[in-house]
Amino acid sequence: MTESFRQKSNRRVAGWLSLWVVGMFGFGYALVPLYDIFCEITGLNGKSATLTEVSAKPLEIDRSRTVTVEFAVNVSGIPWEVDRPETVRLKVHPGESMTVTYAAHSLTDALSAGQAVPSVSPARAARHFRKTECFCFTRQELAPRESKLMPVTFVVDPALPEDVKTITLSYAVYPAKDIEPANS
Amino acid sequence: MTTTVADHHHDEVPKGITRWLFTTNHKDIGTLYLWFSFIMFLVGGSMALVIRAELFQPGLQVVDPLFYNQMVTVHALIMIFGAVMPGFVGFANWMIPMMIGAPDMALPRMNNWSFWLLPFAISLLILSLFVPGGGPAAGWTIYPPLSVQGGMGVDLTIFTIHILGMSSILGAINIIATIMNMRAPGMTLMKMPLFIWTWVITAFLLIAAMPVLAGAVTMLLTDRHFGTAFFDPAGGGDPVMFQHIFWFFGHPEVYILILPAFGIISQVIPTFARKPLFGYTSMVFATAGIAFLSFIVWAHHMYTVGMPLSGELFFMYSTMLIAIPTGVKIFNWMATMWRGSMTFETPMLYAIATVALFTVGGLTGLMMAITPADFQYHDTYFIVAHFHYVIFCGSVLGMFAGVYYWLPKWTGHMYDETLGKWHFWLTIIAFNVTFFPQHFLGFAGMPRRIPDYSLQFAEFNVISSIGGFVLGFSQLILLVVVIKAIRGGKKASAEVWENPEGLEWTVPSPAPYHTFATAPEVK
Repeated sequence: MTESFRQKSNRRVAGWLSLWVVGMFGFGYALVPLYDIFCEITGLNGKSATLTEVSAKPLEIDRSRTVTVEFAVNVSGIPWEVDRPETVRLKVHPGESMTVTYAAHSLTDALSAGQAVPSVSPARAARHFRKTECFCFTRQELAPRESKLMPVTFVVDPALPEDVKTITLSYAVYPAKDIEPANS
Repeated sequence: MTTTVADHHHDEVPKGITRWLFTTNHKDIGTLYLWFSFIMFLVGGSMALVIRAELFQPGLQVVDPLFYNQMVTVHALIMIFGAVMPGFVGFANWMIPMMIGAPDMALPRMNNWSFWLLPFAISLLILSLFVPGGGPAAGWTIYPPLSVQGGMGVDLTIFTIHILGMSSILGAINIIATIMNMRAPGMTLMKMPLFIWTWVITAFLLIAAMPVLAGAVTMLLTDRHFGTAFFDPAGGGDPVMFQHIFWFFGHPEVYILILPAFGIISQVIPTFARKPLFGYTSMVFATAGIAFLSFIVWAHHMYTVGMPLSGELFFMYSTMLIAIPTGVKIFNWMATMWRGSMTFETPMLYAIATVALFTVGGLTGLMMAITPADFQYHDTYFIVAHFHYVIFCGSVLGMFAGVYYWLPKWTGHMYDETLGKWHFWLTIIAFNVTFFPQHFLGFAGMPRRIPDYSLQFAEFNVISSIGGFVLGFSQLILLVVVIKAIRGGKKASAEVWENPEGLEWTVPSPAPYHTFATAPEVK
């Protein structure tokens, strides 16, 4: 065991451990897509890929059940007023396609753009709540003082668990960033 | 131990400020770490006193709410990253080479660097209190969206965390390399003192957890300034994801804070019980078991975010599982003391207090592991009481035990036993006066991180504040004890205590500048 041998092996250990550190830093970032995938698969967290999915064949309407859908919206950091649909609570049969309309009003004298981020609760219902048309799919631009109607068309999948009687669809409207819109 | 001519040459201790700036000597660096840790302990403690002064009575008297929130945040960050972690690295630097019979740490220059990163990092954090918008005020967990919105102070905090993380990763690499490569001939893995075992496991936790935190705060930084949207809901990001990533680091972090203390008291208790440590092998495996479990329990910090039932059940059961290896440790320490010839010098008192009071914190932790119960405890003073019982009574009291235990070895003089006992009793009584009532406050529903509270919480808060001030000022006794021991006092023998186990007791007290230039033989 000479001194130089020991130094070499110290450096080797340090090298391997540093690689590990870099790997763990990368793992931190890898958690982001992993988290999204996990949420998509399980439909947790109110976001789900199936939200945007347009089903090929129309779903069968289950007239024996009624589900109450509630609508909510709040605005953050952008000079807009957004009204929820006139019917705040809507009774629907699973499989039935419905359209409701939100209304946005710009309160500024400048051009403004907003992005709505939807969220569905309870989380278990998220994967069964399908939006076929939504103002949240793209960023919304409003001219100065413009008002705009923003429709949402949705259908509740009949596969929704029996015990879910009420679903809340809530939007948060933020100033649009120059990035991809939310994938839901 | 044989000394050669070359060794004599090296025994000259460099003089002046450059000794401390450029030192690569593990004992010097250990000393620097320990002093740094103690200063941070006092700085963080003063911030705690600001908090307790504000909470002395309901209403807002002393500070405004924003500054209060900054105090809560910076107190926690300083205590965790400035006091406890560097404190244990200080112990590691001083003791690991002496306990495994190595002449120094494996990578001495990196060792110097990892210490000198610390003062700069903490200066940034303290600087943040003086920039427009003030320091970080979102709690030490810096949850978005609040932390995405804060001012420049949040950026300084993020850089602080980067630098501190770098420092502790470098320290951890050094410790692992030292323990793997530098052990004296004959010291097999299962002959290593338990302090060495707990530190090598802690170092692996650091390497696995700190980079994840660095990643999380980097994402926060890019969310704040570079238009990404990892956590910022405005761009489709998810604040809850930050909590997942943060606690993936955060839970191993709490074991980073506690395991070295377990190591210290596993050295102290056998010495004063005059019996070898009971169940050495099970201690090693229990430590490794705790370390493994720490990576699969993170979401118990966030039961209330809206997890599915299956998730809550998984995290509840895995969390409760930790009670098993921890219980193994507690019972092993008790079995070590059982029918031992115990004496109660200050280090032993601290070690016993650590075992007893950490158990209180462990049991409240078990209560919080139960998901439905945690819905009541979440974000209340019950949590504050819990983590002070584990971090103060586990980590800090463990460190005090270590300071009193090894101080004669470091300084060559016995510490003042009377003052040591005063320090002990004042600390223990004041600690319990401060934090025990907070359990009741939490049960009654007092939320944490709020500068004001309803009238019905007033009495317990008064008690808690009085205890807090006594606890804070009692720590100055430790300063006096240490300075007295450095300046003089009864000469300590090489063994210091009665037949203590370990290589560190085979070198003279104070430990010479260079020890084990020739490796000892371990039988």
